Amino acid sequence: MSVSTAPAPATSPETHHEDTGLWSWITTVDHKRIGIMYFVTSLFFLGVGGIEALIIRLQLFSPENQLISAQVYNQLFTMHGTTMIFLVAMPQAVAFFNYIVPLQIGARDVAFPRLNALSYWIYLFGAIYLNVSWFVGAAPNTSWVGYANLTSTQFSPGLNVDFWVLGLSILGVSSIMGGVNFITTIINLRAPGMKLMRMPLFTWMTFVTSFLLVTALPVIAVALILLAFDRFFATNFFVASAGGDPVLWQHLFWIFGHPEVYILVLPAFGVISDVIPAFSRKPLFGYPVVVYAGVLIGFIGWGVWSHHMFTSGLGPIADSFFVASTMIIAIPTGVKIFNWMATMWGGAIRFTTAMMFAVGLVALFTVGGLSGIMHSSAPVDLQQHDSYFVVAHFHYVIVGGILLGMFSGVYYWFPKVTGRLLDEKLGKLHFWSTIIGFNLTFFPMHFSGMYGMPRRTWTYRAELNVEIYNQLSTVGAFFLGASTLLLLWNIWKSLKSGEKAGHNPWGAPTLEWSIPSPPHHYNFPALPEVRSREPLWNDDERAAIEAVTLHEPATEPEMPNPSFWPIVVAFGITITWALVMTGIWWVPLLGLAFTALGVYAWAFEDPFKKKAAH
Amino acid sequence: MKSVRLPLGLLGLALLTACAGEYPQSSISPTTDFADTIHGLYVTIFWWTMLILTGVWIVLAYILVKFRERPDSPKPKQIHGHLGMEIAWTIGPALIVVAIAIPTIQAVFATQEVPEESLVVEVIGHQYWWEFRYPENGGLVTANELHIPMGTPVSLRIHSDDVIHSFWVPQLGGKRDANPLRQVPEGQDLKYNWIHFTAQETGTFMGQCAEFCGDSHSLMGIRVIVETQEEFDAWLGDLAAGHPQTVTQSQALNATTEGLPAPTAPALAQEETGQEEAPPAEDPGTVEGRNLFLANCSACHAINGVSEAGVIAPNLTLLGRRSSIAAGLLENNVDNLVRWIGDPQSVKPGALMPGLEYQGGRPPVVWPAFNLTPDQVRTVANYLYSLR
Repeated sequence: MSVSTAPAPATSPETHHEDTGLWSWITTVDHKRIGIMYFVTSLFFLGVGGIEALIIRLQLFSPENQLISAQVYNQLFTMHGTTMIFLVAMPQAVAFFNYIVPLQIGARDVAFPRLNALSYWIYLFGAIYLNVSWFVGAAPNTSWVGYANLTSTQFSPGLNVDFWVLGLSILGVSSIMGGVNFITTIINLRAPGMKLMRMPLFTWMTFVTSFLLVTALPVIAVALILLAFDRFFATNFFVASAGGDPVLWQHLFWIFGHPEVYILVLPAFGVISDVIPAFSRKPLFGYPVVVYAGVLIGFIGWGVWSHHMFTSGLGPIADSFFVASTMIIAIPTGVKIFNWMATMWGGAIRFTTAMMFAVGLVALFTVGGLSGIMHSSAPVDLQQHDSYFVVAHFHYVIVGGILLGMFSGVYYWFPKVTGRLLDEKLGKLHFWSTIIGFNLTFFPMHFSGMYGMPRRTWTYRAELNVEIYNQLSTVGAFFLGASTLLLLWNIWKSLKSGEKAGHNPWGAPTLEWSIPSPPHHYNFPALPEVRSREPLWNDDERAAIEAVTLHEPATEPEMPNPSFWPIVVAFGITITWALVMTGIWWVPLLGLAFTALGVYAWAFEDPFKKKAAH
Repeated sequence: MKSVRLPLGLLGLALLTACAGEYPQSSISPTTDFADTIHGLYVTIFWWTMLILTGVWIVLAYILVKFRERPDSPKPKQIHGHLGMEIAWTIGPALIVVAIAIPTIQAVFATQEVPEESLVVEVIGHQYWWEFRYPENGGLVTANELHIPMGTPVSLRIHSDDVIHSFWVPQLGGKRDANPLRQVPEGQDLKYNWIHFTAQETGTFMGQCAEFCGDSHSLMGIRVIVETQEEFDAWLGDLAAGHPQTVTQSQALNATTEGLPAPTAPALAQEETGQEEAPPAEDPGTVEGRNLFLANCSACHAINGVSEAGVIAPNLTLLGRRSSIAAGLLENNVDNLVRWIGDPQSVKPGALMPGLEYQGGRPPVVWPAFNLTPDQVRTVANYLYSLR
């Protein structure tokens, strides 16, 4: 628990921060390395999900197109959604949690470093397992929401849904562990003086998101386990003809699914709540209000799920309740937008790429938020639900909100992670091409939806007259795809020859900018004392902090040892779930036995035991 | 930001002024009271959101221009917040939300109110076609093309026979899911979903399934023919009459002895009463087509007056009058019928109908491929197309 606050021992500790090579990455428990692995993996799957999207867009380029079959299309759109949510957006946020939060609160690592590694390896193995389905020709094909009873063995007899049920179960384990870890870290490992109401907004939003993770993921776990029982053990939870209820699945899924939306978007809000003040040279306007708005969104987010189900026949009373709760949640979201704008008001705005992406979020997330107001009106939603209008809406939220926020974070914190700045010229090109490609892709979808094109359709009839909108979307999608290559090129180029950053290139106010870039493996040689919300903007406070944080200690603080048990246990958990697929009851127990061995060895490993002398 | 505002505003206007003729599945060209209510609400909310969006973007643009850092910029005043402003921009949006919520909740109740008297039509979703039953009109059944009278309140009673579908004909109003009927304990009512509306215009309106339901979800079209009460009554009459055989008793007996289902009662009845005025002799192709239908198709499909035993597939009475086949997918003509009957999987993947090569059905009960020659398929197609 008190890993990072443990006083440095008198004996000279071993150093492993210079360790390189594959083995050092496989066994690492350093939150920064794990953050980097999360980021790189999520970027890879962004490419995978992006390519899936591009094939979808090619198929929809013209009406009644036969480029790919309906069966392949259904796998592509299912995996596009599943990949982007579970393998890209969530882990990308977790990448930032990992790298940034301990630095922002003045900690040397997360509370449970090995658990953190375990989370990552489960994520990686789960992602691989889910995508192995492509190679056996049975990728999930019942959409990312997997509505019952289409997912029953009667209507989906193949392995497709098995991969989906088990894959998501594996990934859920990872997310719950991550949530527990960050809650504990933020509660326990803050530097002296770092009161809750002095925490940077990104840390605050991580805190709220972590609570949502540990509370929402179990709900989908329940739904998935019920479905797994239906599929593998012939129960009838969702089988209507046997008295089960397919609509129950929708409730369970969306009780998870709507908090999930905030799991995705709150970290992005957190990022820009740090970026906007830094580049306006002004503290965040209404800090407590922005914090409470985030907390309130986290709470109310639990009471809006049935707005995804207005067409399912809940009756007017339930409809009205969810209309009201959904409209109420718009208010704290709006308050955040206004506070960001008020932060910029009267500031001295520097248009770095990070700031431009943050402003892009404010401008474009608003579009998605406002079309969300339209759906919150249940009768209007009866027209818009499951049409391309909704596809437009949630891509404005997810790309216009989350992705832009994450890109802002990439440009903002890249110098901290690598010690080098990303190229600003390329960055601005990346920004503008993203904005153009994004709007060109998703704005026309409002029209194809208005004119009656349902989502999740492999093709559409020419007489609908929505071809032009689909063509614009397809062109935009390729533009957007190409713009993302600019980011990759920028990262590659800047890693090799980017301008050296120094420890605080932006003159930002928060604690992560008080330590060298990149940080030492122990982050803080000694713990700084925090006296305000913007510690590096108060000259005497900054001087006091930097005297500690930039100081090379005579003896390095003791840090936990690398461990390969997390990857072993992660492998065990993954194959346990994967072996459920065999349908033979005792086969998964082999995986469970393997997992148990790993956990046993892990439990008796001393995290601080010295390595053999080398 | 500034440069995109104008075009977006214009696009926004276009959102409200679309012409229905160009967009047959448009959700903003209402033709019923239900669709009108929704559209009115949508327009109200649209303008509120446009107002907010324009306001936010104008202020944002002003901030970005006015407060950009210049070489002579002084250090900004370190303001931490302002309680009055926080209250203002909490209450302002809250009032707008209330302004939207009141008409919304009124509409929620109004659109779900059960009319005192209405024509009930049962809508049943199947993978991947629609069945329409008229329980108040002798349980008449048709498929994929729903006929309703203009000016009469209609209540669609919606459910599914397999997975969840969603009935969406945008010009008639919003969608409702077709849920499979859940088995309930005795004494409890089955749970249906309902759409109530009164059509205000005649015409053919297009829609399709809006809840992902499997391989051919995108190929599950709906057409609704709104006609005058007289036309509707006439259509119902024709549907009830069906296509009785005009064959002689001996031909009918022959057919029976060949192991084919006997002609149904109305056909025989007509024959007995129609002795004075002998019906015109039937085209031999029609007779052969019907016999092939009876031998190969009638286990699943019904044709009123011919064979009404098949209930698991679309009822084909008056098929020749329909504008499309395969649930709105193909134009109705003999060539397309030939294509559809001969090779349904290439037209609609996952369809349960067997073809000349494919088996049909769904495991564990699989039906063999049709035992027909391509010529026989054409004969059947010609026969079906003649059902007017």
